[in-house]
Amino acid sequence: MDSAETWNKDAVAAIVAALKDAPGALLRILRRVQDDLGWVPPPALPMIAHGLNLSRAEVHGVASFYHDFRHTPPARNVIRLCRAESCQALGAEALARHVRSRLGVGFGGTTADRSFALEAVYCLGNCACSPAGVINGHLLGRLTPEAFDDALESLVRR
Amino acid sequence: MSAGASAAIFVPRDSGALSLGADSVAAAIAAEAARRGVAVKLVRNGSRGLYWLEPMIEVEIAGERLAYGPVGSADVPSLFEAGFLSAAPGGHPLALGAAGKIPYLARQHRIVFARAGVTDPLSVDDYLAHGGFHGLKRALEMPGAAIVDEVVRANLRGRGGAAFPAGVKWKTTLDQPDQTKYVVCNADEGDSGTFADRMLMEGDPLLLIEGMTIAGLAVGAAQGFIYLRSEYPHALRVLTAAIAAAESRGYLGKNVRGTGRGFALDVVVGAGAYICGEETAMLESLEGKRGMVRYKPPVPAVAGLFGRPTVVNNVLTFASVPAIVEHGGDAYNQLGAGRSRGTIPLQLAGNVARPGLIEVPFGLSLRELIYDFGGGTRSGRPLRAVQVGGPLGAYFPAAMLDLKIDYEALAEAGGLLGHGGVVVFDDTVDLAAMARYAMEFCAIESCGKCTPCRIGSTRGVELLDRVLRDRAAAGADLDLLRELCDTLAAGSLCALGGLTPMPVMSALRHFPEDFGLPAPAARP
Ligand SMILES: Cc1cc2nc3c(=O)[nH]c(=O)nc-3n(C[C@H](O)[C@H](O)[C@H](O)COP(=O)(O)O)c2cc1C
Ligand code: SF4
Ligand code: FES
Repeated sequence: MDSAETWNKDAVAAIVAALKDAPGALLRILRRVQDDLGWVPPPALPMIAHGLNLSRAEVHGVASFYHDFRHTPPARNVIRLCRAESCQALGAEALARHVRSRLGVGFGGTTADRSFALEAVYCLGNCACSPAGVINGHLLGRLTPEAFDDALESLVRR
Repeated sequence: MSAGASAAIFVPRDSGALSLGADSVAAAIAAEAARRGVAVKLVRNGSRGLYWLEPMIEVEIAGERLAYGPVGSADVPSLFEAGFLSAAPGGHPLALGAAGKIPYLARQHRIVFARAGVTDPLSVDDYLAHGGFHGLKRALEMPGAAIVDEVVRANLRGRGGAAFPAGVKWKTTLDQPDQTKYVVCNADEGDSGTFADRMLMEGDPLLLIEGMTIAGLAVGAAQGFIYLRSEYPHALRVLTAAIAAAESRGYLGKNVRGTGRGFALDVVVGAGAYICGEETAMLESLEGKRGMVRYKPPVPAVAGLFGRPTVVNNVLTFASVPAIVEHGGDAYNQLGAGRSRGTIPLQLAGNVARPGLIEVPFGLSLRELIYDFGGGTRSGRPLRAVQVGGPLGAYFPAAMLDLKIDYEALAEAGGLLGHGGVVVFDDTVDLAAMARYAMEFCAIESCGKCTPCRIGSTRGVELLDRVLRDRAAAGADLDLLRELCDTLAAGSLCALGGLTPMPVMSALRHFPEDFGLPAPAARP
């Protein structure tokens, strides 16, 4: 897939058509767009507003409220690390330092070549296997710097 | 073992087990069995919640489930070599004996989690064979008010955090004259250190479906929604498949068990906002809006989703209901301590040797939980602090571990039980840094409606940054911090702003030396 600032208009139109009559349609549509496209392109918002008969401001308000919705194209690899208490109790901060220097990017950042994005999350429900993280959708537990490097090696998209 | 029979091998498909390689263990078992030409039946169960042993696999032999763990794919050939399919290879280093006799499990009293890790989560037949749908069958023969009465008699209190009596809510919704009512399950499980909702949805989703259906029958609602956090993609897959399985067998849908009464369920996935666990913000989100907290009254039981009377409960609250209706509220009410009745699924995590899910009647002490079950710290260093009840819960010092786990006892000690998460820290923890984290979390997750929460939390982070830079000179900043916490506690619409002072002030109270103040005198 091309990671340039292009997005699939037809896909968004199809999502709007499929979900516009569901209860609470706006969140469901934004969720599906995020899941299918990997981001919620800002130029798609007027289209969604039109399809739901809502104001642009309303749609923008919802799209900007939730942490999951990205407003720029995703990196090729998305790494999420849990920074909440249970993971902190087992070395999440040291792990985070390792990951930041390994990827050359801080939390909330994307590398210049768009190959890696690093995100902070606050609990993945995997606290009994802390520290936890996610590489490209694969949940990982009992992470150490070495285990992270091994997982990255096998899960990275080049 | 006779050549024809195929041994059943259970390999969990719980997210935690998957995060530790359970899929590659399952693949290795299938490959090794094929190589040896032996037939095996792989069952993908949930987790029993003994996470230090995950991936924990089980082999069923002569009606007994023999467990092995933690198993890596490299261990699989040696298990076959030892003959684990036909007998208990006592000598194998990963052998744990009969799963149900492992003390961690044997000492629990599981009602909600009785089937998790035991059955195939997506098999209606398995669910029925293990006592499933007995509560629903009874409920279908009862008037709504009688169902509500059992929940009232059980003294079941909401397991999502606020511990409000479920029966009172249900009665309120039942009494509304509206034709359209809703049942909503709060599966946002935002509290760090908690994972019981996830385990239940992945390990025994039909129990949640049964509990919600009973709620629908009780209050007169025909439509239910499960609001699921987006961090749980595997739970979404399991729930979706379980709903389809229940529908195809007539346990959900337009005509439940041929009674002519309908109940439908829909799963809605959130989008990463802790505040959407607060019930009114969740309802806003379900309506497709920003997750802004509503003013109460009206309470959701009167005017909730789309303005209709709505029962909102946590996953574990609904999952407690089938047993209550099957055996009667009085039986459930026999268990527990003080005004906390029944069992509580505790989630033990952080720096602990044996983290996991522990369902027991209320009244266990923190010490019993952390040492008898948890085996002390994982690092082997001295335990210094425990946080009870999620990110808005208090930090307690080691000297307070005799505290009993019940709602009132924890409240009296300046804490809360919340959703039942207990996170252990050893002596390397810095409580001033944890206090800063609590403020930062509030700043990140605030819905923005109240000024103290929106602005004050950021101010709290700045104050604590200064404290962390120069603890010796923290005095004046700590006075400001106390004032700020008073403002937050008094001027917040919901518990995110209102309770952020709890972790912060408990850290300051019990661990003043981390803030540059003198250590507390030795306790009597
Ligand atoms: C900030 C905040 C977050 C909350 N998060 C959750 C949650 O993730 N899950 C949950 O069940 N309840 C959560 N609650 C509690 C709900 O508001 C509500 O009390 C609960 O869903 C009612 O169900 P119960 O009575 O069965 O516990 C939260 C409350 C607040 C103030
Ligand atoms: S306390 Fe914070 S999260 Fe709660 S309603 Fe006010 S601003 Fe929103
Ligand atoms: S605190 Fe990290 S997964 Fe829960």
